[in-house]
Amino acid sequence: MHEVALAEGVLRIVMDAARASAAAHVHTVWVELGALAHVEPDALAFCFDAVTRGSVAEGARLDIARTAGSAWCMPCSVEVPLARLGDACPRCGSHQLQVLKGDEMRVKEIGIA
Amino acid sequence: MCTTCGCSDGETRIDGVTLTGGAHAHEHPAAHGAAPVQWRTRAGGADHAPVPSHVHQHADGTWHSHVHGGGSSHETLAGAPALGAAHEDGTPAARIVRIEQDILARNDAFADLNRQAFADRGNFALNLVSSPGSGKTTLLVRTIAALQGRMPVFVIEGDQQTSLDADRIRATGAAAVQVNTGKGCHLDAHMVGKALAQLDPADGGLVMIENVGNLVCPAAFDLGEAHKVVILSVTEGADKPQKYPDMFHAADLMLVNKVDLLPYVEFDVDAAIACARRIRPGLEVICVSATTGEGFAAWLAWLERGVANARGARDRDLAALRRRVAELEAKLGSAADAA
Repeated sequence: MHEVALAEGVLRIVMDAARASAAAHVHTVWVELGALAHVEPDALAFCFDAVTRGSVAEGARLDIARTAGSAWCMPCSVEVPLARLGDACPRCGSHQLQVLKGDEMRVKEIGIA
Repeated sequence: MCTTCGCSDGETRIDGVTLTGGAHAHEHPAAHGAAPVQWRTRAGGADHAPVPSHVHQHADGTWHSHVHGGGSSHETLAGAPALGAAHEDGTPAARIVRIEQDILARNDAFADLNRQAFADRGNFALNLVSSPGSGKTTLLVRTIAALQGRMPVFVIEGDQQTSLDADRIRATGAAAVQVNTGKGCHLDAHMVGKALAQLDPADGGLVMIENVGNLVCPAAFDLGEAHKVVILSVTEGADKPQKYPDMFHAADLMLVNKVDLLPYVEFDVDAAIACARRIRPGLEVICVSATTGEGFAAWLAWLERGVANARGARDRDLAALRRRVAELEAKLGSAADAA
């Protein structure tokens, strides 16, 4: 599953930041995943635990925040919330939607000691 | 997967040679025990209603909101607001470092390099994605044969193991490089960059990247292509787009393949196209058969338009560069005269 690759991506970012801050240990990693992001959060957490073993972030807590998705509804000409791909516009029922937000996957902060 | 850091670069092979370099940015301890993985369930799930930014739910079901306030003891990036002294969930205040980096930033950086390389050479690059068995390789073989003498075609093949697909492509006379991902489930931009260095596509050529057969994971990874082309065969079911929305949403063209089998299967082509367009409005669709050649005129025309656009863009860039060089030479000339 590709969550392994994503967890490796998180680890790489965390290790670069830890090195830059001369941290002895990373105890928490805060990530933000959009509602439409191509990732299964539990799988990411599982892989994160696995890939951080032996690293400066071993045993770190992964805190996942979900952010809302939204899309531009072309018939309504307005931004509407979108919980998942394939959902219709909650106002008019159209599928003519252009995703604006929700597929982000970001490392926000790390807690170091 | 590397048992130390979990990275999979060590297992990737290009034409049989292990991929090295650029991945292991950290030390590898000599030995490590077989400690069991600690499972910690984390916040959030797609089945929750959309929530405002920065609201977290912990495994015990409690929620808290992410508060950022002033604080003197924290490192921040230049220009970023200082972070709160502690997170409300009791995280030790020791040090919080603001990161704000996309998880796929490294892949996207490699993808941008690939995209620039394609632009510099006027290559039209496509990322072919689908389930295993949709007919990607057969489609490529027929496409290469149909384009003989019209444009050079270069192929990057992706599979977990074997060079079977690259061998089939090479048998047509086209150049191909095989990437074996080992346990990996998708191609990434780093692998494609390495493969391109070996493939060395000619100027103005068509580059086809046949991704690992997988209707889920490749959707997340930009390889530097101009378009993702999703292939759905009529033996797979017309509801695939709504069952695998990420992939169809990421594509710009859908090829409905194996249409020669329509008399023998219950596949509603119009329903499949409607389903796909609910996920990806404006999706272009071409119905083809890689075995009979049905629909190939439209497919080849689409390819030729793409190649012409890529070459045209490269020619315009070169013309602009030549004009700039001429301007600078004129300036140098007048400066020399004045001196």
